[in-house]
Amino acid sequence: AEVEETLKRIQAHKGVAATIVINAEGIPIRTTLDNSTTVQYAGLLHQLTMKARSTVRDIDPQNDLTFLRIRSKKHEIMVAPDKEYLLIVIQNPCE
Amino acid sequence: MPAKAAERHRQGQSGPSGGKAVPPRPAKAVSKKRDEDVSTEAGEGVDEWAAAKTLVKPPDQLELTEAELKEEFTRILTANNPHAPQNIVRYSFKERAYKPISYVDQMAIHFSLNGNMILKDSDEGRRQSIKLSAAAKKAPVETFAVTSEEAEIKGEESTENTQPAGEEEAERSGTAEVAEAAEVEEPPPPSVKEQKLANQFNFIERASRTLNNPMRERACQSEPTPCKNFSATANQWKIYDAYVEELQKMERSKEKEKPKAQIAKREEEKKKGRKLTSLESQSDDINKISKAAKIMERMVNQNTFDDIAQDFKYFEDASDEYRDQQGTLLPLWKFQYDKTKRLAVTAISWNPKYKDLFAVGYGSYDFMKQGQGMLLLYTMKNPSFPEYVFSSESGIMCLDFHNDHPYLVAVGFYDGNVAIYNLKKATYQPSYKSSAKSGKHTEPVWQVKWQKDDMDNNLNFFSVSSDGRIVSWTLVKNELVHTDVIKLSVEGTTMQGPEGLQLQMLGCGTSFDFHKKIDYLFLVGTEEGRIYKAHVFDLNINKYEALCTQLVVAKKKNKITHIQFNPVYPVVIIGDERGHVISLKLSPNLHRMPKEKKGQEVKKGPEVEIAKLEKLLNLVREPESKAGK
Repeated sequence: AEVEETLKRIQAHKGVAATIVINAEGIPIRTTLDNSTTVQYAGLLHQLTMKARSTVRDIDPQNDLTFLRIRSKKHEIMVAPDKEYLLIVIQNPCE
Repeated sequence: MPAKAAERHRQGQSGPSGGKAVPPRPAKAVSKKRDEDVSTEAGEGVDEWAAAKTLVKPPDQLELTEAELKEEFTRILTANNPHAPQNIVRYSFKERAYKPISYVDQMAIHFSLNGNMILKDSDEGRRQSIKLSAAAKKAPVETFAVTSEEAEIKGEESTENTQPAGEEEAERSGTAEVAEAAEVEEPPPPSVKEQKLANQFNFIERASRTLNNPMRERACQSEPTPCKNFSATANQWKIYDAYVEELQKMERSKEKEKPKAQIAKREEEKKKGRKLTSLESQSDDINKISKAAKIMERMVNQNTFDDIAQDFKYFEDASDEYRDQQGTLLPLWKFQYDKTKRLAVTAISWNPKYKDLFAVGYGSYDFMKQGQGMLLLYTMKNPSFPEYVFSSESGIMCLDFHNDHPYLVAVGFYDGNVAIYNLKKATYQPSYKSSAKSGKHTEPVWQVKWQKDDMDNNLNFFSVSSDGRIVSWTLVKNELVHTDVIKLSVEGTTMQGPEGLQLQMLGCGTSFDFHKKIDYLFLVGTEEGRIYKAHVFDLNINKYEALCTQLVVAKKKNKITHIQFNPVYPVVIIGDERGHVISLKLSPNLHRMPKEKKGQEVKKGPEVEIAKLEKLLNLVREPESKAGK
C-alpha cells in the first residue's frame, strides 16, 4: 500500500542505514538489520521513547511526543512514535 | 433363796478358782460380809468362811509381813475415765504461757452402733411416710384428682354460697376444704413426678444404638478465577488521558440520545464506520504507521537536504546591500517525479492555507504531442516525493485552489474539460468532472478561477478558453452546471458566412483575473493582445498590450513555463518544460517592499497599485494611441 511505498522510499533514500518498525510492546516487526542488533535497538529505543513521552506529558498532559532525534558522532537515530508502533530510522547525514 | 443359791454357786466356783488369785479374796471377803449382813443363814456363811481360812498359796505369791498385810488400802470409785488424759495443756496467747485445761472430757464410749431409725416428724421422715402412702395409693390417685377438682369447685361454690351466710362458717369450711384441697393437691403432683423412679434393687440399664449412616465427604472445587498481574504507574498524563476518554464517552452517549429522526442516518453511518474499521483491522497493520512514516520521510529528507533547509530558513544574501534594487535568486529544492519527466509544467499554484504546499499541473503545450496529464501536490518539507498524485487523460492546462476550501482544486484540461479534485478524499479521480454534455469548452481551458459561493452556497468557478467563452461552473447537487457568461467577440470581425449568417469571430481568451473586491468585475486577456474589462453582463473593451511580468532569472536550457510566488516565504517556484519544478529563494532586495516584507504580487494596498497601474497604463497607452492614429 501507500505506506509500504513510503517505507521503501525511506529505505532507498540517501544515507539511510536501517529501518526498524516495532510494536507497542517493543517487539520488532520489520527490520533491515540483523536480528540481534534489531532486538538491541528495539529494546533500548523503546524504553527511551517511553521515558521521553512520559517527560513531555508530565510537563503538560495535553502535549505529546511527535518525534525523537538522537544525533551521535557516527549517525543519527530518528524515532517516530505512533499510537501502537514505533518507527526507527538510522541515517548517516551526508556532509 | 435364789440369793443363796447364787452364793453357793459362787462359792463352788471360787473353790477351784480360789487357788488362782488372791486379790479377789479380800473383795470376796467384803462381799461375803455383805452377804452375811443380808442373809439370815449364818451357818452356811460360817462354813464358807471357815473353808476360806485354809489358804492355798500359789507358788508366786508375794511374801508380805504381818504389818504389811494389815495395812488398809483405800479404794475410791469415781466416774472418771481412767484412760482420759489428765494433763492436757493449752497455750494461752493471752498469758503467753502454757496453761493446763481445768476440765477434761471424761466420756468413754464403750460401744456405738449406727441405727436406721428416723425421727417421724423430721423432713426425711415425713417424706418417707408420704412415699409409702403414695405407693399404696397409686391407682385411686387419678380419680382422686378428679374428685379433688370437684371438691375444689364444690368447695369454692360452697364458700360462695356460705359467704352471705356467715363469715366464720365460711372461713371454717373454706379452710377445711382448702386443707382438703391442699392435701389432695399435694399427692397428685408428686406422684406425677415420682412415677419414673427406677427400681433401686433390680435395675438393669439397657441401651441400644441406632445405625449411624456412614459420613461421606463430598467437596467441589471451582476453577480459580483467572488472575493476572497488572502494574502501572499513575502519571499525571495517564490521569488526563482517562478523563479525556471519559469525556469522549459521554459525548458519544449524548450523540446517541439525539432525536430518532437521525437514528437511521447514524445507523447507516455507523455501519459504514464499522465496515471500515473491520476492513482496517483485517488489512495489513502496517498501514497504521502511515503518519509516523510520513513524518519520518520528511525528517530523512531534512537530513539529506539539511543545508538547503538551513539556507531556506536563515540565509540572507549579504551582498544585496551593494546591488541597488537588484537581487539574486538562491536555488533551493528541486522537485521532480518520474512520471512527469516528459511533461511540461503547465500550472503552478500555492495553497492558500498551507504555505508549504503547492500544486503543479502537468501537460503539454505542444499541439502535436498531446498525452496524459498529471496533477501533483508537493510540500517543501518533502522535496523527494509528492504528497498527492493525480493523473488524467488530458493534459492539465490550469489549476486553482479554492480560498475557503483549501482541499478543493479546480483544473482545466487541454481537451476543454474542467474538473474539481478533492484532496480530502482518497481517490485518484476527480470528484466532479465536466463532459461534452455538460457544456465543456471546445478549446483548451486556459484559466480557471474560483469564485465566492453563490447565493445558494454552491461552489462555483469560472473558466476561460480559446473558444471565446467564459463559463461559470456551479456545483449544484454534486453536478457541474455551466453557465455561459460571456462570449468574447472581436470587433470588426464579422464575416459573411456561407449561408448568409453573420458569424462573429470569437476572440480567444487566455487569461483572466477577477477584481478582488468587486465580484462581477474581471479582466480578460486574449490572444490578440487585448484586455477586456468585463462585467458579467456587458463588456468593455480596453486596448492594451498583453501584460506580463518577467523576472531576471538565470538562463536555462528549458523554457520556463510558469512561475509563482509564495505569499509567505520569500520563495519562488518555477516550472519548466521538462517537468521540473525548482524553488528559489529571493534575496533580500527582491522581497523587501516599502510596506511589506513579503513577496510581490500579493496583498498590497489596492490604491497604491491602482496608482502604479495607471502610471504604467499611461506609459503604454499613449504610444499605442499614437501608433493607432
